[in-house]
Amino acid sequence: MIEVRWHGRGGQGAVTSVELLAQAAIAAGKYAQGFPSFGPERRGAPVAAFSRIDDKKIKVRSGIYKPDVVIVLDSSLIGLIDVTDGMKPGGKLIVNTTKTPEEIRRELNFTGTVATVDGTGIARKEMGVPIANTTMIGALLKVAGFMGLDALKESVEHRFGRIAQKNLNAMKRAYDEIKISN
Amino acid sequence: MAKRVGMEVALAVAEAVGQCNIDMAAVYPITPQSHIGEHLSDLVADGKIDAEFVTVESEHSAISAIIGASGTGARVYTATSSQGLMLMHEILPIASAMRLPLVMGIANRAVSGPLNILNDHSDIMPQRDSGWISMFVENGQEAIDLSIQAFKIAEHKDVNLPVCVNIDGFQLTHMVEPVEFPDQELVDKFLPARVPFATLHPSNPVTMGAFAMSDYFTEIMKAKDEALKNSKKTILAVWDEWAKIFGRTYKPVETYKAEGADILLVTMGSMGETAEIAIDELREKGVAAGLVKLRLWRPFPFAEIKEVLTKAKKVLVTDRAVSFGGPGGPVCGEIKAALYHEAVKPAIYNYIIGLGGRDVRVSDFTSMINQVAAADASKVTDTYEFLGVRE
Amino acid sequence: MTKKNGPAGWQEITTGCVVLRPGSASEYHTGSWRSQRPIWDNSKCIKCGICYVFCPEGCVQQTEDGFFKANMDYCKGCGICAHECWPRAIKIVEEG
Repeated sequence: MIEVRWHGRGGQGAVTSVELLAQAAIAAGKYAQGFPSFGPERRGAPVAAFSRIDDKKIKVRSGIYKPDVVIVLDSSLIGLIDVTDGMKPGGKLIVNTTKTPEEIRRELNFTGTVATVDGTGIARKEMGVPIANTTMIGALLKVAGFMGLDALKESVEHRFGRIAQKNLNAMKRAYDEIKISN
Repeated sequence: MAKRVGMEVALAVAEAVGQCNIDMAAVYPITPQSHIGEHLSDLVADGKIDAEFVTVESEHSAISAIIGASGTGARVYTATSSQGLMLMHEILPIASAMRLPLVMGIANRAVSGPLNILNDHSDIMPQRDSGWISMFVENGQEAIDLSIQAFKIAEHKDVNLPVCVNIDGFQLTHMVEPVEFPDQELVDKFLPARVPFATLHPSNPVTMGAFAMSDYFTEIMKAKDEALKNSKKTILAVWDEWAKIFGRTYKPVETYKAEGADILLVTMGSMGETAEIAIDELREKGVAAGLVKLRLWRPFPFAEIKEVLTKAKKVLVTDRAVSFGGPGGPVCGEIKAALYHEAVKPAIYNYIIGLGGRDVRVSDFTSMINQVAAADASKVTDTYEFLGVRE
Repeated sequence: MTKKNGPAGWQEITTGCVVLRPGSASEYHTGSWRSQRPIWDNSKCIKCGICYVFCPEGCVQQTEDGFFKANMDYCKGCGICAHECWPRAIKIVEEG
């Protein structure tokens, strides 16, 4: 089972990301959960959302404390909250930033895999909005590798209709452009 | 062929209710129920289901409105949570006394104060004696299945009672997970049109909700009690039918690795599957632990509870609510009552867990069971414990 | 006191306690509760009908000549008609 924690700010679409990812994984025949950090929804406040993906039925319904992967949708959260909290030693950290993986590694003193991509820049170019939540799904799939990008097609189309292709293009670019440091 | 999809459970519940050919729904928004009402109103507004969605100004009005509509013979639905359910409280026993087959989804949430929007069972427990059939689900699929079954049970000619389906707030309502919707054709076959025992109609007037004094009140309460107890036969029959058509089995009391267990853990609601993982881990280490999951809360399944629990030496009952100044948790109180007259009965331990959304992890279940395993069964006292409370 | 005709045991209670025969409450003659009764003085009555409107039992009826009287099968002798009657055409007197 892969457990993923998403960090973002209220309104940046972390919950949409976990929903799309779970739907895509389930459509691909896997088992998945997608859920917000339970509680009030507040625009701009630091929020977390969670994904679980497995090949067999997922029974556990408690929170995720030791994620395999952490995705940071908004790099301004680094320093504000401990984004690597509870991460396994071999865990994978993915950050939406213009910085290099090495810079992030030094900032956080993190020993696992670090991957960075300018998700906001890609989203701005591909979709005209600085919202990188769907873009970063592409980054996740490249780094975690449990599923191909194609799996997202149906759920993204269902969710976004005529702007679906722009989202898919942004995902593809993040998938291709992400820099990974092991 | 039923399609497997990933969907938020609250939306899935609304979709399932939408499959039930309802005539009318009245829902007032409250976290974490709101997504059920919102999606149901979408289904109506988009013309996907042919029903009236009444936008009421409170939960008290929501339940009152569906009572009125049900009196005319309509198939009705509402959903609520926490304070909303508390506001409905006054009306709940009226619905059951009037023998109206309402169906209500409850996104279980702690009641204030202090204000807390997260999951526990302190909203449904004060409604315990309202005369409603009350069932719990542990995942999204069960939430779909029981929401559909609820109409059939409620409207059955031998039942005619309101039914509530308890769906843990957030833990279930806000979870995107795999669910499968039954084929519409099969649902239509399973759930025929409602045949009301009486209807409010100007051409054939009747009086519903009349006045009764001491000369009749006792007889009416006895009739209501018998109706609720008697509903179990229908509930079992409906679950049998469901299993035959849809292949998923439901029982008033379900077990997991309970065979030969010395210690039985009792859960109700969404924590059941998490607890199963704890049982797996303990069984691997040679601890003879098993799990008992209570699905049917009212009518309380006394026979089934006795049957399974008397085989164990120790029973660990978890409760998601407190009966303040009382016997501990409401579930444990019921279980003790069920076992009192048994000649051989297990030692009973009661833990209050997961209040106001406090997370209960696999390790919490294993440590509770280990603690009970180490306890001296001859020295068990009539007390209860708040799991993990800071001293 | 009027004897009520209802079910004897709990098994005979209708489902939901529904009263299938509408208007059956009229069989209950509340007039037996009365210790006082209203008397109309039609020489003072202006036929305004306020007694008809305010009677909580709904037992005040208008007669063909336009004046009012109470159906004594149901009149409880509460005196509200007399209290409301501003030309003071209704007097409450002791029964018997």
